[in-house]
Amino acid sequence: MVNAVNSGVSGELKRKKVENAAEKARREKKGQKSKNAAESSWVTGDAELRIGFVVVGIIVALGILSIFYTPYDVYEMNTSIRSQAPSLTHFFGTDNFGRDVFSRAMVGARFTLLVSVSTVFLATVISIVLGLVCGYAGGMLDEIVMRVIDAINSFPSILIALVMVSILNYGKLTIIPALVIMFIPSFTRIVRTGTLQYKNADFVLSNKVFGDSDVRILFVHILPNIYPLLLSSVVIGLSNAILAESSMSYLGLGIQPPIPSWGRMLKEAQDIIFSTPWAALAPGLMIVVTIVGLNCIGEGIRKKYLS
Amino acid sequence: MRYFVKKFAIMLLTLFVISIVTFWLFHIVPGDPAAMMLGTSASQEQLEDLREELGLNRPLVEQYADWVTGAVHGDFGKSIMYRKPVAILLKGKLSVTLILGAMSLALVILIGIPLGVFTAGRKHAISEQLLNIINILGISIPGFFLSILLIWAFGLVLHWFTPGRFVTLARNPAKFFRFMIFPAIAIAIPQTCVLSKYIRTAVIEEVRSDYVRTARSKGSTKFRIMYVHVLKNAIISVVPLIGMIVSGIFSGSIVIEQVFGIPGIGRLLIASVTSRDYPTVQTLVMYIAILILVVNFIVDILIQILDPRIRISR
Amino acid sequence: MGENILEVKHMTVTLYENGEEYKVVNRISFTVGKGEIVGIVGESGCGKSMTALALQDLLKNHIKVTEGSMMFDGRDLRKVTPAERRQINGKDMTMIFQEPMTSLNPLHRIGRQVGEVLQLHGSYSHAEIEKRTLEALEMAGLPDPAKTMRMYPHELSGGMRQRVMIAMGIIASPKLLIADEPTTALDVTTQAHVLELLQRINQQTGTAVLLISHDLGVINKICSRVLVMYAGKIVEQGRTEDILRNPIHPYTRGLIASIPTRRMKGAPLASIPGRVPPVTEEKPPCPFASRCDKADKRCFTEYPGRKTISDDHILWCHIDKTSKKSGKPSKT
Repeated sequence: MVNAVNSGVSGELKRKKVENAAEKARREKKGQKSKNAAESSWVTGDAELRIGFVVVGIIVALGILSIFYTPYDVYEMNTSIRSQAPSLTHFFGTDNFGRDVFSRAMVGARFTLLVSVSTVFLATVISIVLGLVCGYAGGMLDEIVMRVIDAINSFPSILIALVMVSILNYGKLTIIPALVIMFIPSFTRIVRTGTLQYKNADFVLSNKVFGDSDVRILFVHILPNIYPLLLSSVVIGLSNAILAESSMSYLGLGIQPPIPSWGRMLKEAQDIIFSTPWAALAPGLMIVVTIVGLNCIGEGIRKKYLS
Repeated sequence: MRYFVKKFAIMLLTLFVISIVTFWLFHIVPGDPAAMMLGTSASQEQLEDLREELGLNRPLVEQYADWVTGAVHGDFGKSIMYRKPVAILLKGKLSVTLILGAMSLALVILIGIPLGVFTAGRKHAISEQLLNIINILGISIPGFFLSILLIWAFGLVLHWFTPGRFVTLARNPAKFFRFMIFPAIAIAIPQTCVLSKYIRTAVIEEVRSDYVRTARSKGSTKFRIMYVHVLKNAIISVVPLIGMIVSGIFSGSIVIEQVFGIPGIGRLLIASVTSRDYPTVQTLVMYIAILILVVNFIVDILIQILDPRIRISR
Repeated sequence: MGENILEVKHMTVTLYENGEEYKVVNRISFTVGKGEIVGIVGESGCGKSMTALALQDLLKNHIKVTEGSMMFDGRDLRKVTPAERRQINGKDMTMIFQEPMTSLNPLHRIGRQVGEVLQLHGSYSHAEIEKRTLEALEMAGLPDPAKTMRMYPHELSGGMRQRVMIAMGIIASPKLLIADEPTTALDVTTQAHVLELLQRINQQTGTAVLLISHDLGVINKICSRVLVMYAGKIVEQGRTEDILRNPIHPYTRGLIASIPTRRMKGAPLASIPGRVPPVTEEKPPCPFASRCDKADKRCFTEYPGRKTISDDHILWCHIDKTSKKSGKPSKT
């Protein structure tokens, strides 16, 4: 009898010993894990974020710089130096009016970024309110709003913007509402999904029991939890906004000349493509680079917060 | 059968709602069409006359009813810009856009699916990273920039086609297709990247499922597993995406028609938006809406036909 | 090979993860005689499923057989070419799985999936394939084979789907059928039917069956011999009635004692203290030692060699086999 008790106790102790040793070994082995993960795909997570930030940072810096300084005057036409190929003095050459392409692209960055950021900002604010309310309240309101959103979503995005522009006239100011409508559906959907997820979470319900007002619950408790996914989509939305804005400007329905914008510059470049093919390079490359950079940031955020 | 009827009814209802919204948008919001047509120098009398003629003084509902009855009979109003019935303007343009869209869709499907399957096979090879980068670029390059590059490279440098000189199908089919292939490529590239990425994910997902394990347990070959078992399942899970892809093709074609100078409804749309030609814009928007709805309807039916799980368990 | 259809010797299956190697099956040896029904029993994670998958070469990429031999019908399965392997799978050795729900392709009709086995192995005419499919479905106990052939998997119940899997497993008249937890996802009545079916097939066609289950009751129903596995090793094996009547290994005793019987009604449920160690954990030479109430320091330092108790009854344990004094597993 005594033997059995002893062996039982020592059995327990031995088991604990073995378990502890195993834990320690496991913790040591964990250190190896991240090295292997990084080895297997080099463009992932942090690396992506870093590339994205660097790239976008450069563009934003150029844009901000353009407020104070550009290598050459952006509006002054100088036919004596027109259509010059890229050189050390003119990094991307001159267009057919003798204007420095690079300087114009810098200013273009400023305006394009301004418009895109405003658009996405507005769309985000509206979508947060709409999404929170719909997700939280549910019912008829939710149904109707979601159907409308689904309807808008199934249309080609450009079409929405075109319709808005045709009604409201085109110009620097009207392009923003036109684009905002394009983004509200997807942002709202994300916010709504997140709200639905957390609406019945324990901590929310307990706060309710303690008398927290609905508004406070929405903004103080639910919203902070939705941030990561929303952030990633907002960044990618920003890249889509730049794409949309430059498309509209290309068509002549966005930012009007003589203010340079990337899209407009590309249209002008196309007209002179025979004589001045390099004119398309600066604005085109900048658009691509900015969009790729923003996509990298957005994807990086998504991968980081959602695994 | 009942399901289809129900879906069809919903489609008609949606169409109705869209027509009302469109009508409202283009009649209420912009202001006075008469003033826009005649300009600011017109006299009050001239404006009144025009308003009478256009029927602008009648109650809104009547105007709407007029419009709808007209539309059903093929009368879409008169273009402000061209002073011709809109129906005449549309002639010939719709088919061009549809052909362009069809070519793009064909490219997307014919290249996107094999590409997705191919990339699903390799996991960490260098080729996968390379394709990944190409993928990112594919969806990041704006359609019009890509078009300009194509025009420069294939039109001006290689002379494979003549940019700016569009030829109708009737006049010279060979030249027509030689021209059209490039805008089709420009439209197709971003959509191909999207589709191949989805197919890749779907295939990887399916390969991990139990029925694939059963197939291997039966002694099936890799080839057979991929093409008889996995692909079918993967494609079915991707069919709902087709609606989105078609929408993207429309989006793309609107801008890219402009870049290449193709006389389709995309370019007409841009021109009429720029010149505030409301009857035309309104008609085109309705047209596109109908096309989108029809495509979504077809996609729905397609899913029904292809997936026995949905088909039978009703 | 003589009278054995399968001879496994010192087989090890290794899992590679995060740069580390873990043995999920550790040098096990066993045989399955021609026409025999053998069972493997053990809790989840003991490696029994891995053994089955290893035999059919269905292990995932980062898991491999690293040691030993698997002789099937005179051939070493580790040395066959991929083409030969595709010949064996489905025809000479077949397998049915635990989840009949997902093991069938949702897009193909039943007839096609069952008939596919014949398409892959040999050249039969359409008519012949159809005929044999009907026969297989009927043998598997499906009530209306002709109708079932035209149906899709989602139209059938779990029990019927499992029968379809069995039909797929027998249509090519295999020499060995591996059944990996075939009854776990089914209700009790259907369980009994499926087991009965396996037994009938074994009797009528002489197909050997390797039945894997965590449920001793299931094993007891039709297996003439049973292997008890724990943490990748076989701890005891022998004829089913011997093992049940005279279990010697403490783990086996624990398993048997945990089966609730009517006699135990009202008494607290017996269970084996502790939990099955995860694959990644370091284990003492006898893996059960840390849960064993009869363990002594020898169990933590020395690997218990193979001891033959009687004819068929083999044990891997340091315990004194003649001692009938065995501690009862602690009650919860």
